[in-house]
Amino acid sequence: MVFAGLSFRLPAGGALLLTGSNGSGKTSLLRILATLIMPTGGRLFWGLAPVEGDAAAYRAQLDLVGHQDGIKPGLTPRETLMFWAALRGIEPRRSPGLVEAALTAFALDLVADWPCHWLSAGQRRRTALARLVAAPASVWLLDEPASALDDENQSRLERIIAEHRAAGGRVVVASHTPIELGFATSVALDAFAPLPDDAATG
Amino acid sequence: MAAFFGLFRRDLSLALRQGGDTGLVLGFFVLAVVLFPFGVGPETDILRRIGAGVVWVAALLAALLSLDRLFEADYQGGELDLLALSDLPLELAVLAKCAAHWVATGLPLALISPLLALLVDLGPAAIATLFASLLVGTPALSLIGSVAAALSLGARRQSVVLSLLVLPLYIPPLIFGAGAVEVSETGDGARAYLLVLGAISLAALAFCPWASAAALRQALE
Repeated sequence: MVFAGLSFRLPAGGALLLTGSNGSGKTSLLRILATLIMPTGGRLFWGLAPVEGDAAAYRAQLDLVGHQDGIKPGLTPRETLMFWAALRGIEPRRSPGLVEAALTAFALDLVADWPCHWLSAGQRRRTALARLVAAPASVWLLDEPASALDDENQSRLERIIAEHRAAGGRVVVASHTPIELGFATSVALDAFAPLPDDAATG
Repeated sequence: MAAFFGLFRRDLSLALRQGGDTGLVLGFFVLAVVLFPFGVGPETDILRRIGAGVVWVAALLAALLSLDRLFEADYQGGELDLLALSDLPLELAVLAKCAAHWVATGLPLALISPLLALLVDLGPAAIATLFASLLVGTPALSLIGSVAAALSLGARRQSVVLSLLVLPLYIPPLIFGAGAVEVSETGDGARAYLLVLGAISLAALAFCPWASAAALRQALE
């Protein structure tokens, strides 16, 4: 067990910033929120209903950008985004427009048709983040989103997160580097590390 | 449905592009079959006797060669998490990936097999049966292989674990595939063998996506 006794509520337009040292459970908490792993104890609610009641409906609201980019070296950014848009059930009519908007939002127009193995680490990261725009979802779960991004692109990301929240979206960001979210609930996971006794029994 | 075909198209285009699986698998298949005449000598009687078995075993090994990448690349890259989160049920995602794997490996193996059958001196009836048996039997190879690929996900030395898991399961398609070619030379009993081979593929189609999806869920925990 890496954390215990943690409780939070995320209203529409809200942001949660998870901080903590390496191994304090930032990624584990994000994966719990994404229903990819089950917590040892505790529950997750969407509105008033427990998530396990209708997990599919809850997942349809989510978009996760993990610390891996999820990019195939052989595909171009445009193909990658078209694929994710199709997978998220975006109608084929709408997806070219959304993908174009996503590429522009993260300033990937120039490299949109290059195979991803030509891209730099930051460009790959931006391609991964561009999924958020290409396949819109209301809850964004972002694991170290600013890693490999330069200052200009980090502020680009911050602006896109702010627009998402202004439209009523929610965002959970795990980051050990400073990121400007504005009015975010901040949770330092180190404070929730279980006591040695708990760890032994948990 | 768009999600299913999107995944199928993506896997297929990755396999067909330069450095993808199709070229590798076909190259291995051709070389493996070509090596046999060098090993056992050029007597056509012996080659004709063992030809069907050689082509089938080479096809099994060639299919095996590409299986370890079936889920591993998506697992390492984080795409498997996203597939699990999408609306597409994991069972259908497995099916889409198996279908792409078959079109990219099994189908080309079947298409090129008549050429290789000439190398081992099979007759026209045997060549036709070999082609039919590979066409009917290779879907089972992709589907059965997907279960082993999902089970061995994240294991150290995954490709070795995968081979040990999957090769025993490939014995039934091998027996009926090679058997069909053998009887086609003597009479017309091949039909029964091909039907059993088709039954194996259909059974794999019904069962394997569930088993693979269960194993993938286990791997994602």
